[in-house]
Amino acid sequence: MHELSIAHSLVEIATEHVRAAGADSVRSLTLKLGALSCVHKSALEFSFELVAKNTPLEGAVLHFIDVPVVVYCPQCACEVELPGIQRFRCPQCDTPTAEIRSGRELDLQSLEIVQSDAAPA
Amino acid sequence: MIQPRILEVRTKILKKNDQLARDMRDEFVAADVLVTNLVSSPGTGKTALLRETLTRLVQAGVRAAAVVGDLETDNDAQRLAESGAPVRQIMTHGCCHLEADMIQEHLAGWNLAELDYLFIENVGNLVCPASWDLGEAVRVSLLSVTEGEDKPLKYPGLFNSSDAAVITKIDLAGPCEFDRETALENIQSVRPGMSVLETSAKTGEGIDAWIDYLQTKRAQLAAPPAEASG
Repeated sequence: MHELSIAHSLVEIATEHVRAAGADSVRSLTLKLGALSCVHKSALEFSFELVAKNTPLEGAVLHFIDVPVVVYCPQCACEVELPGIQRFRCPQCDTPTAEIRSGRELDLQSLEIVQSDAAPA
Repeated sequence: MIQPRILEVRTKILKKNDQLARDMRDEFVAADVLVTNLVSSPGTGKTALLRETLTRLVQAGVRAAAVVGDLETDNDAQRLAESGAPVRQIMTHGCCHLEADMIQEHLAGWNLAELDYLFIENVGNLVCPASWDLGEAVRVSLLSVTEGEDKPLKYPGLFNSSDAAVITKIDLAGPCEFDRETALENIQSVRPGMSVLETSAKTGEGIDAWIDYLQTKRAQLAAPPAEASG
C-alpha cells in the first residue's frame, strides 16, 4: 500500500502550488501515470481522500492520464509503443530493447484551482 | 465571481525523495562507496545472501556495512551482524518500503570515507520499493527457485527498474523442479540485457561471481562509461 506514501507527497506538493497561486480551493488534480509506475489508481484515490482532509485539497477529484511504455528500437531506429510491460521487444521487428523513453511517469500534471477575482495579496 | 482555472504544474510527485536520493548518490560516489539496494519478496533469501556476502567481504579486509528494513523486529540486523560488519536496522512500523530519508537518518554517524560497500536490504515486497530511489548505484532484484519462474512477468515494474537479478537458493532447484531456462527468458523479457547471477548462500555456489559483479560495479563508480548506451 505504497499509494499512501505517494498520496502524502502529492498533497504536500500540490498544497505548495495552491498556496503560491493564492487559490481558494481545488476542484481536481490531473496526474500522469506511466505503465511502469506501479500505482493502483483506486488505492491512490482512497489514500488521497484520507490525506487531503483538512487541507486545501479536501474534496478534490483525481484525474489520470495513462502513459504507455515507449521504447527506442535500435533496429527500426525509432520510438515504438509497447502493448504491455512484460515483453521489452520491438512490436515491429522483435528486437529486444531496454531503452525506455516514457512509461515511468508519476507526475502531478496540473491543478484545477478556484479563486475569486480579487488578486491574492 | 468565482472562476476555475488550470494551473500547470508538471512536477514529479516523489520529487523530494528523488532530490535527496540524488544528493546522497553524489556523496556515495564521491566517497567511492558502492551502494546496493536488494529487493525481493519476503523469504527469497536477501538476508542469507547478504550475511554470506558481508562475511566474505569482512574476511577479505573489505569495509562493508548494511542497513536493513523490516516492518518490525531487529532479527535481520542481528543475523547480519554475525558477519562482523556494522549493521543497522530500520524499523518502518508498517511502511511497506524504504525511502531515501530513512536511509539518510540511519547512516548518521557513519563515516562514508571508511566504507567500500554499503548494502541496503529493502522491506520484503516486490511492488512498493520500485518507486523509491535510495541513492543506490545498483538495484538488485532477487528471486528464489522456490518462488516460480514467472516472478519477473508478475512483477515487471520492479524487475525492469533493476540493474541485476539474482536467482537464490539454487541448491533447491532440483527438488523444486525449477525451470532455469524459462526463468532466464522471463528476466530478459522484462529487462533485456540484465545481468543475472545464480547463488546459494547455503552451499556458497555462485557467491564468488556475485562478489566479482559487485567489485566490477564499484570499479565503474570512479570511471563511469562515457556513453550511456552501446
